[in-house]
Amino acid sequence: MDLTTFLIQLLNALQYGLLLFLVASGLTLIFGIMGIINLAHGSFYMMGAYMAFALTSATGNLFVAILLGIALSALIGFLLEWGLFSRLYKRDHLDQVLLTYGLILVFEEIRSMIVGDDVHGVRIPEMLSASIQLSETLSYPVYRLFMSAVCIVLAVLMYWLIRHTRLGMMIRAGSSNREMVQSLGINIDLIYRLVFALGVTLAAFAGMLAAPVSSVYPGMGNQVLIICFVVVVIGGVGSVWGALVAALLIGLADTFGKVIIPDYAGLTVYLLMAAVLLWRPEGIFRRI
Amino acid sequence: MSHEVNRRQFLLSSAAVAAGLALPSAPLFAQGARKVRVGLMLPYTGTYAALGNAITNGFKLAVEQGGGKLGGSEVEYFTVDDESDAAKAPENANKLIKRDNVDVLVGTVHSGVALAMARVARETKSLLIVPNAGADEITGPLCAPNIFRTSFSAWQPAYAMGNVMAERKHKNVVTLSWKYSFGEQSVAGFKEAFEKAGGKVVKELYLPFPNVEFQPYLTEIAALKPDAVFVFFAGGGAVKFVKDYAAAGLKSTIPLYGSGFLTDGTLEAQGDAAEGLLTTLHYADGLDIPKDKEFRAAYASAFKMQPDVYAVQGYDAAQLFAAGLAAVKGDVGKRDELVKAMESATIDSPRGKFTLSKAHNPVQDIYLRKVEGKENKVVAVAAKALADPARGCRM
Repeated sequence: MDLTTFLIQLLNALQYGLLLFLVASGLTLIFGIMGIINLAHGSFYMMGAYMAFALTSATGNLFVAILLGIALSALIGFLLEWGLFSRLYKRDHLDQVLLTYGLILVFEEIRSMIVGDDVHGVRIPEMLSASIQLSETLSYPVYRLFMSAVCIVLAVLMYWLIRHTRLGMMIRAGSSNREMVQSLGINIDLIYRLVFALGVTLAAFAGMLAAPVSSVYPGMGNQVLIICFVVVVIGGVGSVWGALVAALLIGLADTFGKVIIPDYAGLTVYLLMAAVLLWRPEGIFRRI
Repeated sequence: MSHEVNRRQFLLSSAAVAAGLALPSAPLFAQGARKVRVGLMLPYTGTYAALGNAITNGFKLAVEQGGGKLGGSEVEYFTVDDESDAAKAPENANKLIKRDNVDVLVGTVHSGVALAMARVARETKSLLIVPNAGADEITGPLCAPNIFRTSFSAWQPAYAMGNVMAERKHKNVVTLSWKYSFGEQSVAGFKEAFEKAGGKVVKELYLPFPNVEFQPYLTEIAALKPDAVFVFFAGGGAVKFVKDYAAAGLKSTIPLYGSGFLTDGTLEAQGDAAEGLLTTLHYADGLDIPKDKEFRAAYASAFKMQPDVYAVQGYDAAQLFAAGLAAVKGDVGKRDELVKAMESATIDSPRGKFTLSKAHNPVQDIYLRKVEGKENKVVAVAAKALADPARGCRM
């Protein structure tokens, strides 16, 4: 591997890692901070991608579609928490597994009824559709770089929200002792509803942003679900920075695994996970 | 009071049992007018639902065209959704064979499920017609007198592409596919023909199924600078790959070729990225075959949508079974005669007439197709009457 190829592969790894962080960010909130085992995370991602497809077809502009999609998915998240999840906080984790697994099936069926089972594509917006020439044969799509930039901004915003705002403080306090926070006169129910809605919105946003490069197809949510849990667990459940570092590590492991040991490329990510958990059972970064 | 209810329940349930017993024996009293029992085991939910429905539509169209009959016999359908779940396949197949007592099992799309069905068919000696799944094994090591296929083997389109690419003066080629049996069989078929014709596969790249992060491989292809690339992908992965390949700027410098599923049912989603791609398959748009035109018109008017290769395969499954039924006048008990008639049938398919190989796989023309707009337009016949080598088949 010469230097140019190595550098391009490094870029691939970083870009993939940042995308993974984006996709897992919603799970960091819902599973990491709120402690809900949310198997339907992939379904929210799929919902976002299909929204991007449907709304882009309707409005003709991906960015308008994303704005509409954000509003819609926040509403859906809010209603889901109000109607279903709020009843499960005091219950066993197994009940959450059951509910969210059921939601996967429901979302797949709804998707099948509304949009059908075909594969769809979403066009990259004109202003981002260019490519940058990297080597004499290879060029890099600007949209991928744009995605990476959005991921970095998002990571910083999330970190700031959780660590440095009053709301973040209440969220963190609520996750360690709900009753105590409530007795201090804080409406923890409302805060949780908002955080959950934000988590769903982030998952859907990831789906919308990724739709032009990933294409839109049935079962796409299940493909990202496991890797998202891996990101959150490696990073240390509940840590935003941890999730970012973990996502970047996975990007590196996956990309260079594919290049250096192609026959075992499917294993590298899980080997990394096993190694990290042996080294630090709580993940790279401890709970915030 | 409770005694009364119990007695009533007893009467009801015994009546139900009696009715249940009466049903399977009814055909005994009406031997002459016995309906042929067709078991459709196809995906009606999940990723492959559209394919399962197309196959079913194709099959039913052939029956309708026969005036509601297949080879002169009336048809009764039994349907099971196989969910493309290989773990449930033996149970589902047995349900149709043992409970519904079907005369023929038709299925399925997913190769893993079809392999399980072939094993059940071998054990129970049930008649099986595979209307899609391309795993080489079905008409290879698993071949049997009672197992037929109306679609293709993974080997066929890929082998044809090997010759096409050699003729197009490509010397060094990189292949890329998912690391699962269908992808490996496609690459093997391609490599066999391509290297026999003097080309060289410089590198076989595989990525874990169903991973779609292609960027590292595209970077590697760009560094290797081969004359061309041969791939096997299907469905959502095919859409993403074709778009990524074009976005990486490789499409104009290193031509991309593939087994036909790369651009089948995916063109809407692939958009401009697929324009001009060359693929090989046993069906194409724009075939100059009267039967195809007639089929497309009939299908479109019956189902209000255009048929695809899957509908053709379902249609031919019905035609193949009809050929057997006609020979035995609907008496499926004459299994040897039925099988013999099916083996020797010439199927007048929309894809062009085909016969069956010794291993019961179609001996068929493989077309070279070029993506033009939303169609896979036929360019040429890539391989005339190509027969699968049926390696490992002893029959």
